[in-house]
Amino acid sequence: MKIAVLVKLVPDTASQIRLNQEKSWIETRDLNWVLNPYDEYAVEEALKIAAEKGGDVTVITYGKDEAVEALRKALAMGANGAILIKKEGYTDLLGTAEALAKVLKEKAFDLIFAGLKAVDDDCAAIGPMIATIMDIPCITEITKLEVGDGQVTAQRDIEGGHESIQASTPCLLTAQKGLNEPRYPSLKGIMMAKKKTVEILEGEHVEPRVETLSLSYPPERAPGKIVGEGLDAVPELVRLLREEARVIE
Amino acid sequence: MNVLVYVENRNGAVKKAGLEALSKGKALADAMGGQTAAVIIGVDVDQVVAEVKMHGADKIFVIKKDDLEHYQSAGHLASVVEAVAQFDSKLVMIAATSLGRDLAPRIAAKLGIMYFPDVTGAEFKDGDVVVKRPVYAGKIYMDFKAAKLPVVISTRPNVFDKVEIEGAGEVVELNPEYTLQTKVLDIIQSAAQKLDVSEADRIVAGGRGLKEPENFKLLENLADTLGAAVGASRAVVDAGWRPHSEQVGQTGKTVGPTLYIAVGISGAIQHLAGMRTSKVIVAINKDADAPIFKDADYGVIGDAMQIVPALNEALK
Ligand SMILES: Cc1cc2nc3c(=O)[nH]c(=O)nc-3n(C[C@H](O)[C@H](O)[C@H](O)COP(=O)(O)OP(=O)(O)OC[C@H]3O[C@@H](n4cnc5c(N)ncnc54)[C@H](O)[C@@H]3O)c2cc1C
Ligand SMILES: Nc1ncnc2c1ncn2[C@@H]1O[C@H](COP(=O)(O)O)[C@@H](O)[C@H]1O
Repeated sequence: MKIAVLVKLVPDTASQIRLNQEKSWIETRDLNWVLNPYDEYAVEEALKIAAEKGGDVTVITYGKDEAVEALRKALAMGANGAILIKKEGYTDLLGTAEALAKVLKEKAFDLIFAGLKAVDDDCAAIGPMIATIMDIPCITEITKLEVGDGQVTAQRDIEGGHESIQASTPCLLTAQKGLNEPRYPSLKGIMMAKKKTVEILEGEHVEPRVETLSLSYPPERAPGKIVGEGLDAVPELVRLLREEARVIE
Repeated sequence: MNVLVYVENRNGAVKKAGLEALSKGKALADAMGGQTAAVIIGVDVDQVVAEVKMHGADKIFVIKKDDLEHYQSAGHLASVVEAVAQFDSKLVMIAATSLGRDLAPRIAAKLGIMYFPDVTGAEFKDGDVVVKRPVYAGKIYMDFKAAKLPVVISTRPNVFDKVEIEGAGEVVELNPEYTLQTKVLDIIQSAAQKLDVSEADRIVAGGRGLKEPENFKLLENLADTLGAAVGASRAVVDAGWRPHSEQVGQTGKTVGPTLYIAVGISGAIQHLAGMRTSKVIVAINKDADAPIFKDADYGVIGDAMQIVPALNEALK
């Protein structure tokens, strides 16, 4: 089985994100970069399936030279191959999906995994966009997966419950938390990852069809108050919620 | 310029988030001097049709198909795409629910147009559609503009108000063609028809400060009294005390209820990312220095096991 996993390098979720001086982009200098947490679930699931059913796992990213770091992290977890599709400048969502879909089509994978969302742009869009471009089935936000012969059955959460969905392969799946527990790369894995070669492809540059107008910090929350300590504070809290905040009757 | 809004329903009951998207869509259509249409897909949808008419739809595209009673990406996609073509839509809107997050990017890819996910603001300014969306889990906001219309926008639930205003509500039945690519084997609704955190207007969330899973009973009782949903920090989800579906935060759900009560939650940056836009935040924590107090409107310092039952009694 040929399995692809789409991965992205993102700032660590614990990062304080600051804007640059011109407020035209985020300040990237002091950030700690990690493999997108949702992509870790995707890589883990792919590795598990490859181990159970036989096959190999190729991790793919569309990005600048630095993005190779995401590939290294996934290789260290155990992926067999890696592809960097080089991009220049800024691309829009559709451009990213098109660039990835082009390579995915050529390489003819049986299963393609992506993360539910990248925790930088929080779009949750690339997976279903690629599947639509490729015209293959896609199940998003999966929390459970069974792979059979030429088909998969996945579970996904919906509001107030979950649903179980079947699709034939090739198909694309986006990984949600709960799917598995991603492994930590072993020291040996990290050493091996450094030696594995990364295939480099030139991506076509598509001019972004969106314009970023401005970046800002979220509105500050008004300073709150400590109502009090212990049980004595409860009646006052209730009074404030009723009379000041007016959020309860 | 016309605006088309997909309004979600579950078994014939309209989703509030869908009406929020419709109301925002109607406001934008008015600003652009266009009309508003709604798309409704399902079987038993008379009530939904009535509701969208009362929320400003000039035209209502109805797709009645037995095999689309439950969400089916390929069928829903074909339906919306056909409606877009019929209505000459410059803006396609949809609420960013689990269905909307799945469907909206497919619409954009199918039509080869831009997509702005999960927006918290949308305006018509000098001939352009300008949107605001949170990125980096709400640590930063970005304003965007598409170089060209049409665009697809998904709207964050609980951000836009739903507004009652009667529209012409002309019903047009569509009969799109599609081949389903997936098969829904089973739909499991949790037994108690529990309120989902992403849809709840009030949330009572618990963290490791509750000490053991059994103590979540205290939160459930308080949630019952308030008509709230129960949420959880990642720490207690990872410990297996609570299901993943209840996790609030950067790798959980993003919520914006009117009232969020955080009990025994320290207020890590990844947790705050998911609930910081709540209207009123209450924190109950025994540590006066817990970071959650910085973002809370009202804080009570104390033992959750004492405070929560007392609060519940006081509210009854
Ligand atoms: C990639 C990544 C993604 C993450 N995503 C999320 C996410 O989506 N959501 C999320 O929540 N976290 C997330 N986290 C984890 C986050 O960093 C914190 O570890 C987590 O939120 C802590 O949970 P907690 O507040 O329940 O536990 P703790 O930090 O242990 O806090 C427990 C709190 O309870 C208080 N307490 C103790 N006893 C009592 C008592 N008797 N009464 C009252 N209060 C008491 C303590 O003072 C303390 O403040 C993520 C982390 C990473 C690395
Ligand atoms: N530049 C990229 N290269 C490779 N995969 C990507 C890229 N951007 C997004 N993805 C994949 O698509 C998922 C969703 O990303 P997004 O739609 O940007 O939130 C991610 O978790 C990745 O699996």
